[in-house]
Amino acid sequence: MSAVVVPAAVVETPWQRFRRQFAESRLALIGLALLVVVVAIALLAPWIAPQNPYDLAKLDLLDARLPPGATAADGMTYWLGTDGQGRDMLSAILYGLRVSLYVGIASGVIALTLGAVIGVLAAYLGGRFEQIVMRIVDIQLGFPAILVALILLAVLGKGVDKIIIALVTVQWAYYARTARSAALVERHKEYIEAARALGLGAWRIVLRHLLPNSLPPLIVVGTVQVAHAIALEATLSFLGLGLPPTEPSLGLLIANGYEVLMSGKYWISVYPGVALLLTILAINLVGDQLRDVLNPRLSR
Amino acid sequence: MSALLRIEAVSKRFSKKLDAIEKLARALGAAVSEHTVHAVDRVSFDVGAREVVGLVGESGCGKSTLGRLACGLHAPSEGTVRYRGEPLTTDPGVRRPIQMIFQDPFASLNPRMRVTNIVGEAPRVHGIVAARDVNDYVAELLQRVGLDPSFARRYPHQFSGGQRARIGIARALAVKPEFLVCDEAVAALDVSIQAQVLNLFMDLRDTYDLTYLFISHDLGVVRHLSNRVVVMYLGRIVEMAPTEELFAHPNHPYTQALLFEVPRLDRRLRTFVPIKGEIPSPLAPPGGCHFHPRCPHAMPRCSSEAPTLREIGPDRWSACHLNEH
Amino acid sequence: MSRVGPLLKVSGLRTEFATRDGVLPAVADVSFEVARGEVLGLVGESGSGKSVTGFSILGLIDPPGRIAAGSLQFDGLELVGAAPESLRRLRGKRIAMIFQDPMMTLNPVLSIETQMVETVLAHDDTTREAARQRAIEALGRVGIASAVERLAQYPHQFSGGMRQRVAIAIALLHKPDLIIADEPTTALDVTVQGQILYEMQKLVRESGTALIWITHDLAVVAGLADRIAVMYAGRIVEMGDAADVLDAPRHPYTRGLLDSVPAATQPGMRLRQIRGSTPSLLRLGPGCAFRERCDRADAECATLPVLETAEGRSVRCVHPLELA
Repeated sequence: MSAVVVPAAVVETPWQRFRRQFAESRLALIGLALLVVVVAIALLAPWIAPQNPYDLAKLDLLDARLPPGATAADGMTYWLGTDGQGRDMLSAILYGLRVSLYVGIASGVIALTLGAVIGVLAAYLGGRFEQIVMRIVDIQLGFPAILVALILLAVLGKGVDKIIIALVTVQWAYYARTARSAALVERHKEYIEAARALGLGAWRIVLRHLLPNSLPPLIVVGTVQVAHAIALEATLSFLGLGLPPTEPSLGLLIANGYEVLMSGKYWISVYPGVALLLTILAINLVGDQLRDVLNPRLSR
Repeated sequence: MSALLRIEAVSKRFSKKLDAIEKLARALGAAVSEHTVHAVDRVSFDVGAREVVGLVGESGCGKSTLGRLACGLHAPSEGTVRYRGEPLTTDPGVRRPIQMIFQDPFASLNPRMRVTNIVGEAPRVHGIVAARDVNDYVAELLQRVGLDPSFARRYPHQFSGGQRARIGIARALAVKPEFLVCDEAVAALDVSIQAQVLNLFMDLRDTYDLTYLFISHDLGVVRHLSNRVVVMYLGRIVEMAPTEELFAHPNHPYTQALLFEVPRLDRRLRTFVPIKGEIPSPLAPPGGCHFHPRCPHAMPRCSSEAPTLREIGPDRWSACHLNEH
Repeated sequence: MSRVGPLLKVSGLRTEFATRDGVLPAVADVSFEVARGEVLGLVGESGSGKSVTGFSILGLIDPPGRIAAGSLQFDGLELVGAAPESLRRLRGKRIAMIFQDPMMTLNPVLSIETQMVETVLAHDDTTREAARQRAIEALGRVGIASAVERLAQYPHQFSGGMRQRVAIAIALLHKPDLIIADEPTTALDVTVQGQILYEMQKLVRESGTALIWITHDLAVVAGLADRIAVMYAGRIVEMGDAADVLDAPRHPYTRGLLDSVPAATQPGMRLRQIRGSTPSLLRLGPGCAFRERCDRADAECATLPVLETAEGRSVRCVHPLELA
């Protein structure tokens, strides 16, 4: 019998390797920190916001459009001013961030799952199925996202779930196309042939072998897409569609202050805008580094 | 000796179908045609139980495709592949008694699966071993192939090339095959590791009573391991013979050229005499005998008529017009 | 330019790569000479440092790698630390390299003619037409038929073997004094390999070009080389005339390599194998790098052996195999 051989290699799990490579970019770490802060704020909003901006009883119209730093009747400081209804901007932004992130991430995750399974399946099965699916994807991608979302929302009406549906419809095609490309490359690799030779069924091969190895480019697309989704939602809300005024996202907040922007009451639009900008920036910084790290050159 | 594997007049063609644009172009008069590669062209041979049959040839000869046909990974375009008399199924999800060992130790293992799952997945799925016994089963297999079982929870990239080759072997053995197709299984390994893995193959053959179809371009390895050798050229078998016979008295001009070209340690400062011409592309093989443009003994007949594989001696077959007088 | 002395003299070459786990000495200490018109076979397995040696000679080591120590004297000129411009003038003109993958030499989007003419004009002040003629002649020398038609084609229209021949033709354009060939036939079929070896041998004999043939295949160098150097873990462990090294190896590793080749054992019998595997270059302790795998190793091997030379034969071992 052959002697037992010992692996002479680095003991590092894929996760550890990923973490180390990600940390090589200072900018990405800053982006990650920013993202963590943003997400933390969004999650903790109900506890850290000075005021619940949806509680209509708390609002006092007399406090409307106060500049940043002004004080309320009960002694609370409006750090970022108030909006047209007397709502504390800081609180509104914290809650708005929460809604924006929720919508962006939820729609991203659902679209990724849907698109990934469809794309990988198309690559594995090939033939007619692949042709049909890819043509649908092409057609879908040919329409401007805004247009599709607008039409859908006009039909579906307002609501958080409705806007998520619209965003998923707009996004799944990107994921499907990326997933299919990645899966096409993987499909011809010998470990897939080996799985077939071993008698593993098609579904198992697709879900257990093909999908996990097609994931890296999807994650990269995912981070950028979440940023897009948030921006798209903001646009839709700005246009008055999608979210009801009782659950304002950052987009709606920006829209609310739009009329008074030129008359010097900048804080109602600008601060939500800054929050939106920072969120999208953070996501993009992280996404950039992810793209580099998850590049196939890491096969060592 | 009854045949375990029987390849009956098997052909495999790969065509790149024209897509809509190309069909349109052809309708408009452009010179566009379907490309068909005759990867395997009417090949027949048997492998008996416990035999080691070496399959040799150069690029485009079809040996890899034939190996995959033997495993049920491809369905033949024509002909039948029989195992123990029954046609071999190519349906997915069916456990087969023929398994394959692949060439590239890097690409043949799922980089995102732990070794214990790579080896243990199939036996679990097929019910060969109960889920709770999988870890022990995998550990035993790893030991059999010369790996330390405590490393089962690691990922492929943490192992060297030779070790990954062993993992691939363990994976194939896990489903208790009777027959192994080794497709250039040692080609990517260093010479010293190659020796270890070849010894492993020989040991496993005795332990598990295995039969091998050993595909390789390395004639030295094939000579060492095989009982019989099948030589292929551009999709066809040109010669078949017991190993020592083939190496001592090659009959077909291609076999002769191949053996002459193999560099040997004992030939010093030799003057190389090359075989003329290039290996033709499988997309456009020469008519008649595929080898005739490069054959030093070509006759007019060779360019028009493809020679049949005929028996020229006990268990010796060759496809050459020179054998007919 | 001196006419006496070796064409290439490598002394104490050390090439390192900075990795996250430390400094990797891909080439730890390599010294050898190549005479004019001589063929040296540089043999070793993966991780031995043979390719890095070839790249170092040509100055193709980029950060994070660097030549940390040693001297490379080409015809009297010191290459280590030389100005990039003088290295560039040497490269392609007096020293040429052929790679395992011909696509490392060939640009897929340029025609063969463009690439070859550019190579000529890079070093010689001549007309395009004269350069083109030289290209045609070089293609003919490597056995490419219908050279004129082939010039207008692109790399993808050639087979693997043909591409390698074109790469060799490019290497020949300036009639270099030294060609470094890094595993040029490893990826090619046996019959194509035979053709390439034939061409290379013809070349060396006709034009007196020196050749360093880097490979893991002892059988290939057996037919081609005048002298052989065996590398292990970044050092030369044995060197001498090809016949001597192959018939009567002195280093246990060389012996092990020769023994593990299938042809060295009766068919059907177990092959003699070298146990274990190549150690990681990052974790090489002091002492002989081969001692974990060597049957002859003992306490003395804990100190790194020196390369000892006697009568044109060199061995790095304190317990070398005795000459029969």
